[in-house]
Amino acid sequence: MSILVNKDTKVIVQGLTGKTGTFHTEQALEYYGTKMVAGVHPKKGGETWSSGLDSAAELPIFATVGEAKEATGADASVIYVPPAGAGAAIIEAIDAEVPFIVCITEGIPVADMVKVKRRLEKSNSRLLGPNCPGVLTPEECKIGIMPGSIFKKGSVGVVSRSGTLTYEAVFQTSNAGLGQTTAVGIGGDPVKGTEFIDILEMFLADDETQSIIMIGEIGGSAEEEAAQFLKDEAKKGRSKPMAGFIAGRTAPPGRTMGHAGAVISGGKGGAEDKIEAMESAGIKVSPSPAKLGETLLEVLKG
Amino acid sequence: MNIHEYQAKQVLKAFGAPVANGVPIFSADEAEAAAKQLPGPLWVVKSQIHAGGRGKGKFKELGPDAKGGVRLAFSIDEVKAHAAEMLGNTLVTAQTGDAGKVVNRLYIEDGADIESELYLSILVDRTVGRPAFVVSTEGGMDIEAVAEETPEKIVTLPIDPDTGVTEADATKLCDALKLEGDARADGMTLFPILYKAFVEKDMALLEVNPLIVMKDGHLRVLDAKVSFDGNALFRHDDIMELRDKTEEDAKEIEASKYDLAYVALDGDIGCMVNGAGLAMATMDIIKLYGAEPANFLDVGGGASKEKVTAAFKIITSDPNVKGILVNIFGGIMRCDVIAEGVVAAVKDVGLKVPLVVRLEGTNVEQGKKIINESGLNVIAADDLDDAAQKIVKAVKGGA
Repeated sequence: MSILVNKDTKVIVQGLTGKTGTFHTEQALEYYGTKMVAGVHPKKGGETWSSGLDSAAELPIFATVGEAKEATGADASVIYVPPAGAGAAIIEAIDAEVPFIVCITEGIPVADMVKVKRRLEKSNSRLLGPNCPGVLTPEECKIGIMPGSIFKKGSVGVVSRSGTLTYEAVFQTSNAGLGQTTAVGIGGDPVKGTEFIDILEMFLADDETQSIIMIGEIGGSAEEEAAQFLKDEAKKGRSKPMAGFIAGRTAPPGRTMGHAGAVISGGKGGAEDKIEAMESAGIKVSPSPAKLGETLLEVLKG
Repeated sequence: MNIHEYQAKQVLKAFGAPVANGVPIFSADEAEAAAKQLPGPLWVVKSQIHAGGRGKGKFKELGPDAKGGVRLAFSIDEVKAHAAEMLGNTLVTAQTGDAGKVVNRLYIEDGADIESELYLSILVDRTVGRPAFVVSTEGGMDIEAVAEETPEKIVTLPIDPDTGVTEADATKLCDALKLEGDARADGMTLFPILYKAFVEKDMALLEVNPLIVMKDGHLRVLDAKVSFDGNALFRHDDIMELRDKTEEDAKEIEASKYDLAYVALDGDIGCMVNGAGLAMATMDIIKLYGAEPANFLDVGGGASKEKVTAAFKIITSDPNVKGILVNIFGGIMRCDVIAEGVVAAVKDVGLKVPLVVRLEGTNVEQGKKIINESGLNVIAADDLDDAAQKIVKAVKGGA
């Protein structure tokens, strides 16, 4: 098993015809034949997209998400639309009742995400991101921009606010011989669709996921809320071995560290509070981002 | 993006918020004319810098007994004297750091008779994904201290973006601030106005501290601090014009031209990394091995060779940098592109300090090949741990 996506997941691409959309769609098709089924572009409906790679795969382009979903039976949409239009693209996917929406775009105005969040509350769609690397289930499905070559099918669930630190965790668990069930990047924005708790719940429920790596960073209180959730679940007898990391121990207060959500403000959101909360929930937090795999192995050996 | 208090008040005034009349000045010569535009008998002379704590701040160049960065004046001559003393000098406050900030602008404002001081701010509450009012009867002081000592005196009220501030919301805020009479009526109008300004101008923070009840019973925005969502500035040309680059770090301005996320820090190891999380983690691991990072720098996902070159030049322009660590885990970012950028930059600006490069991910082999064949004196690292140890050793060993 895996979470969120598997070999049957059919994916449409909003923003397919741009450079980024094209590159990552080619990569997804190359990755164990991820079922990319269509593209969406308001002015290019009826045209065909062609991969520049050897496979020369082609995808139909529809004018709207609704038409693309209707014609292909897609379960997911991935969004590579530039920031100014990305909020509207997410809302279009919500309105078309796409069950799972992944938004890669970085730099969406917070006010646009506030509108998206309100729309999500009234819908049955799940949004992953924005400003995230997407999700990957090894040897089955790759949605987003994660490098497929570092993955290995296995037993670790990875969830992270940071893209490149997701890669570190994946790379290190692959090298440690553990491999992954699914890796999920929830994204670095302050207002987003899916939080740690949602993914942790899925990993706890997934039989194949035997251990979990959770990577947080400064800003907000999502890690503290996740720690509380894990404590509550542990009381019900649900828990899995976990290792973690928090980025930004050395970040100065009041400065936004690249990710819009990574800022210590009003004395809140500092790394030490998060590390303390995670450790109190039984997560072994590595002081070094280079020792995620090693730390998890230690936890597993008991 | 931050703006000055006087600019924030102009923005809020345009939405109909009650602010005092005032005149910004840029030189002491303008003080008299500015003061004469206001009725008196009380004037306030306020330093305009992008940092809080101005009232309690001290000027570096003046003695310890000199007055702070916000001063009262009871005559036009006094306004002139204050202006002459304050402009051009360096104000050090709790938020500026020891270096302080040079005061290049003053705001001469009409004084107010204060009955009581309140606190109000609006920001996006990320736990609910909605804008929220934060209010307290304890105004005029550091809200972090209030949160620490008397958290029960702070009330948070998230607003439904579909409805905006409803009458019920405004009533709750009036109750939380214990507003009565004219002040209550003012509040019922003011809260929706502030919310509208926050949303329409894509503000990240709107803080009024203090919001005052005057002796005549009416409300006034006595101080205002506003910052904007950098990602939304593309739709606000009017706000962009308020940017004061003299308040920003020169290296950060240069970085923003190339769309690089850069934050200057105090250490001596320069970092160039892709991804915000990995960039923070790289700073952390440098510290873990006993050294201090000179900067945060995320070159981003789709960096070009030019961007990498620009990033490298910004790092080397910092005289504190005694060593550089390039740490790349290529996802979207291709290692060969980074390698080409680094090689081009080194050939252009030279390399006077040790450089450790760690590459992993997409096109890693091509990237390593470019570095190895460049003939540059680069220390290659196998992984992040190895990279951090090598750069710290190179810098400490050389000292």
